[in-house]
Amino acid sequence: MSIILDHVSHIYEEGMAMEHAALKDINLVIPDGQFIGLIGHTGSGKSTLVQHLNGLLAPTSGSVYFNGADIHEKDFDKKKLRSKVGLVFQYPEHQLFEIDVFSDVCFGPKNLGLDKKEVELRAYAALKQVGIEDEYFYQSPFDLSGGQKRRVAIAGVLAMKPEVLILDEPTAGLDPKGRDEILDQIAKLRKETGITVILVSHSMEDVAKYVDRIIVMNRGQIMFDDAPKAVFGHYKELEAVGLAAPQVTYIMQALKEKGLDVDTDITTIEEARIAILKALRG
Amino acid sequence: MLRDITLGQYYQADSVIHRLDPRVKLVTTVCFIISLFLVDNWIGYLIAGLFLLMIIRLSKVPFKFMIRGMKSILFLLIFAAVFNLFLTPGEVVLSFWKLKITREGIRFAAFMAVRLVFLIMGSSIMTLTTTPNNLTDGLEKLLGPLKVLKVPVHEIAMMMSIALRFIPILLEETDKIMKAQIARGADFESGNLIRKAKSLVPLLVPLFISAFRRANDLAMAMEARCYRGGEHRTKMKPLIYRKADALAYGTVACYLVICITFGKILL
Amino acid sequence: MGIVKTDKLVFEYIRRDEEGNVEGITRAVDEVSLDVKQGDFVAILGHNGSGKSTLAKHINAILYPTEGTVFVDGKNTSDEGNLWDIRQEAGMVFQNPDNQIIGQVVEEDVGFGPENLGVPTKEIWERVEESLKAVGMYEFRKYSPNKLSGGQKQRVSIAGVIAMHPKCIVLDEPTAMLDPNGRKEVIRAVRALNDVEGITVILITHYMEEIIHANKVFVMDKGKIAMEGTPREIFSQVDKLKKLRLDVPQVTLLAHELRESGFPIPEGILTKEELVKALGLS
Repeated sequence: MSIILDHVSHIYEEGMAMEHAALKDINLVIPDGQFIGLIGHTGSGKSTLVQHLNGLLAPTSGSVYFNGADIHEKDFDKKKLRSKVGLVFQYPEHQLFEIDVFSDVCFGPKNLGLDKKEVELRAYAALKQVGIEDEYFYQSPFDLSGGQKRRVAIAGVLAMKPEVLILDEPTAGLDPKGRDEILDQIAKLRKETGITVILVSHSMEDVAKYVDRIIVMNRGQIMFDDAPKAVFGHYKELEAVGLAAPQVTYIMQALKEKGLDVDTDITTIEEARIAILKALRG
Repeated sequence: MLRDITLGQYYQADSVIHRLDPRVKLVTTVCFIISLFLVDNWIGYLIAGLFLLMIIRLSKVPFKFMIRGMKSILFLLIFAAVFNLFLTPGEVVLSFWKLKITREGIRFAAFMAVRLVFLIMGSSIMTLTTTPNNLTDGLEKLLGPLKVLKVPVHEIAMMMSIALRFIPILLEETDKIMKAQIARGADFESGNLIRKAKSLVPLLVPLFISAFRRANDLAMAMEARCYRGGEHRTKMKPLIYRKADALAYGTVACYLVICITFGKILL
Repeated sequence: MGIVKTDKLVFEYIRRDEEGNVEGITRAVDEVSLDVKQGDFVAILGHNGSGKSTLAKHINAILYPTEGTVFVDGKNTSDEGNLWDIRQEAGMVFQNPDNQIIGQVVEEDVGFGPENLGVPTKEIWERVEESLKAVGMYEFRKYSPNKLSGGQKQRVSIAGVIAMHPKCIVLDEPTAMLDPNGRKEVIRAVRALNDVEGITVILITHYMEEIIHANKVFVMDKGKIAMEGTPREIFSQVDKLKKLRLDVPQVTLLAHELRESGFPIPEGILTKEELVKALGLS
């Protein structure tokens, strides 16, 4: 069970004056159960990439395989693929439309043709997974706060019971607490269900805390694809393309320069605290 | 897809046509459209075609770009042509089953198609070479005399300008919402008409909400920048006729005379 | 009296249900008194829904106080005769970059404000040029706003405000929808306005790293001012900030954690150099 991208390229406006390659020869394997951070600045091709994973966009050349089957073969069931590979777009609350929260979350499973009972069970479970309490179920989604709307929208995708969950900048526009709440919820969800999660983000700090693999995109190509520590080790190259390692990595760098015996590949505050205390107390 | 619609988009370039006064372009477009409906023979259309080609060349808008804009009206074009082809009475050339194609039908269908293509191209070249602000300035100035009759000319012009500015943004948004709902298993393609109409609800509701939110934001932003209607306003780019504009008016007048003479009166 | 002064400002709005019956009254701003001096760089922090945006809209006379008063340059905003003067003197930049650009070409948009003020044509051009130069967008003057990045669009919006020659500029979460590079661009432009042009800046945000350069910070919660002070004073209270749904830069947090672990470091560390020094390493 995995998603494989084999020499995938995607060119917008092919053959026109404004032609540009959003993806160039991407090879990628996404096995089951990984927590992946996909990083790159605006226009690096990361949004185009994730839309290939559930077949919303078709590669101009190359192939995408889901569990061994080419998703652009004629008889491949794309609708089923989209239920297996759930994609939550940026600002997903802008897609809410139903009269109440519960019906909105039902929309996805209903489209899968499940019976009413199953649809409602799934919607209920999904709302619980994102931490929405019963009292909100029959409110209009438009009356909720920004953070709550976003959770409802995520639940709308979770209710389809995807095996892979892709979130395109799920924390954009939220305040710090809202951001932490959503990310913690996603991490918890992954722990409980073992689902593959791909987190598209600008923020190295956010990603460093959660994921076990980071893919860095730049100008339509994969620049790095490795464990977080290994990727942040390339902080100079990251800076050259307008990205950066988490701030804490730079702090450790500065401390090391001043002669403190600490590792410089530290990426979270907690690790840093332990390392500094150890070094200072000997 | 949706991006292909060229009508209402500005194509940035530095050309003679871009620099013309918007009033000239508006008047020319209207004259051109009138000429299309006046002529009824091939020579007339040939002259109109040459005139159009000349303007396109002068405007530096790539021909490819224009053609791509036509794709979106292909359906309308075929519909109009087929309609005329079969439903014009006259001398029958070909008939099968209950359908008859007449000589007049062919002629009419072909003229209709050419007329439509020219019409769309002619008006696209105006919007492609004129910024909406400029265009609405021109319109405001041309319609200025109507103010006496209490027609809110400035307000109408401003509304048009804003509508044009938001067309590409809303198109992009439509595309995004559509994709997001497809990712949730929505189906916008299959089913009968009623099902199809129903399937649009998840697209239209968010789109309307977004449009209202944007309208609200924009109104606030305009107020914050001291917008209070047409009174007291000065212009950053006031419209002043230059030599090139007079020349353009002359050219258009010549075109009209030639086109109508050959396309209507002589033959 | 400073350039902006609020005195016990209260703003209430009435919530109605679907039939239009009154459901209750929400106090979005609750007895806020603040005084901003000419040339200040003031930051207003707060989580989503804390009332900070509502407060901002009073400074531009988009909203009027339910109780209390707001003075801009000594003029009472509730007095209708002052409306246009106030809007000219206190410019406003909003969150969504797409929804505040009126012109189809960058320079036309920047000219929109001066046009409304009745500035003569020749001077409009001068103002447009100097404003676009001030935010580093002059070379993009002929572009369509749709072709610009989020950060560039916000800089155009800022230029649109400067062209009106305001004394004060209020930025209502101008970076909330931008990527990290866009955020940096905008903040750099805002700082230049304050440093070089001497325009008073009131920056509303929930990103902590953006307020480091402010000379005064207000933190809002539930419509009230919960904290007030210099950035260092604010950042010295990590636990309180966390309670207010906010966070602190990683270096400040790390210093705080080290202190909690019993290490004698002062609170309110703002840069990695300060941390190095506090640890006695330089």
